[in-house]
Amino acid sequence: MADVLTLSAVDAYYGEVQVLRGFDLSLAKGEVLCLLGRNGAGKTTALKAIMGLVAVRGGTIMKDGTDLSKLAPHEVPKAGVAYVPQGRRLFSELTVAENLEIGLMARGKGRVTREAVLDLFPVLRERLSQRSGTLSGGEQQMLAMARALCIEPDVLLLDEPTEGLMPSMIARIRETVAGLRERGVSTILVEQRVDAVLSLADRVAFIENGQNRETVDVEKVRADPAYVHRYVGVG
Amino acid sequence: MTITTRDWALHLGVIAILLAANFLLPEYHRGVFSRVLVLAVFAMGYNLLFGYTGLLSLGHAMFFAAGLYGAGLPLYHLGWSVPVSFGTGLMAGIAVAAVVGVLALRTTGVAFMIVTMMFAQVFYLGTLYFTTWTRGEEGLVLSQAMRSVEFGGWSLNLSDPSTRYMLALALFAVVLLAMLWLVRSPFGRTLVAIRENEERMRMLGYDVFRAKLTAVVVSGVFCAAAGAAYGLLFGYVGSGFASIQYSILPLLWVLLGGAATTLGPLLGTLFMFYIIDYSSGVTSAYLLVVGVTLILLVLFFPKGLLGSVRERWLGWLP
Repeated sequence: MADVLTLSAVDAYYGEVQVLRGFDLSLAKGEVLCLLGRNGAGKTTALKAIMGLVAVRGGTIMKDGTDLSKLAPHEVPKAGVAYVPQGRRLFSELTVAENLEIGLMARGKGRVTREAVLDLFPVLRERLSQRSGTLSGGEQQMLAMARALCIEPDVLLLDEPTEGLMPSMIARIRETVAGLRERGVSTILVEQRVDAVLSLADRVAFIENGQNRETVDVEKVRADPAYVHRYVGVG
Repeated sequence: MTITTRDWALHLGVIAILLAANFLLPEYHRGVFSRVLVLAVFAMGYNLLFGYTGLLSLGHAMFFAAGLYGAGLPLYHLGWSVPVSFGTGLMAGIAVAAVVGVLALRTTGVAFMIVTMMFAQVFYLGTLYFTTWTRGEEGLVLSQAMRSVEFGGWSLNLSDPSTRYMLALALFAVVLLAMLWLVRSPFGRTLVAIRENEERMRMLGYDVFRAKLTAVVVSGVFCAAAGAAYGLLFGYVGSGFASIQYSILPLLWVLLGGAATTLGPLLGTLFMFYIIDYSSGVTSAYLLVVGVTLILLVLFFPKGLLGSVRERWLGWLP
């Protein structure tokens, strides 16, 4: 399957501290790729590097012939990449409807309507006039994903979407990611919950010391728990 | 979100009450209200940047003074007409806001406060330095003759209390309705979202710098309009209006009335004017009274008068 996003030898820095060192990654169309690794390994930094939120001083991040590392951060979403950061980061003073409207305005002229986005997250339909800061954790996560999907991305970056959520919400988010895969949206998922990774991913990239040590099919990870034990320290 | 009938009713109702006040208020209070209406426009301009966009500037006296001098200098030295001078005041506001915005928006937070304050100090010192034109702290008195407006045989006397009140109200009404339209527009929500989470907006694909620069310029234009109107209506242009005090006052008015509310700036300005007015008539230690009142307000209305009303009872207030 053709790759939609390719990171080649990416060096990324926080100030003068190098976090990603020659980082390689490829994402196929309609694939769910999970990044696994210990805290501080560079998983979130990899997502931020794609979004232009950390300084990339070496390597390339190619999508549809464009090197995303050469774009300003606000131009990356226009290239079809959406990012849902850890902690959701909603506009808490705005209502659910206004949060979605901000997402739809960012997209400009597109095919997605608010209704289509709400079909993916029906629970939000009942909360449209509610201030987003007063939603439950799970609802906030859904709103964050819904808002990201307003820009009609073909690549979705999710940073620990299930963190702190109850099982029913986690199941709903898994269903949504699986549904997006059916539509051809490719997803890079940073996730600490190994069970979520194993149930959702097509491939798993093991990150250590700012490098992608190896990328393997999820079946191999399921069959051999030593992978998880080696790179995450559990299993 | 669009402007609802309720929004229109509230804002047009306030304008109608202020219109009636021209005929009902005693002479002294009508004079106070004229001043408050113009300064409330200054506060509304400040509110757009501080309340809605989340940018705390300590240099807005510069935008007010840009309008004041932009209108006053050509009127005084070149004999330009009142409408043209008002226009040059607005243009001066746009120019100063655009230049300062481009430079100051490279910073954020405390640095933004300091940079805007330093620019304002440069402007203030400029008004003191070029005394040939500005006459420094003494300022320029714009005579009644300079400020008369002629329309084909019909003349308008800006010194007349009723005329002055009506013109101040007209400016206030235009800016108030413009603010209502702005905050209910997609651009207004973009500014609020930037205030809430600037990085997130960038991640959604918004050019945050451009939006903030637009906010600075629009804010600067409103403040310059207030400055130009102040000079033309009250006949005085002085460097005191460019001092740091006039950068802090709109912040106080907005905080008192309620940041990010359309009517809060009017309420805050009015409240502040009258508390000083009444307390100074009772005691020479009036600033103590003002201080205690402000502390009580912060304790019981932490989001300002209208901000707290919105939070507790009227969530729909714009």
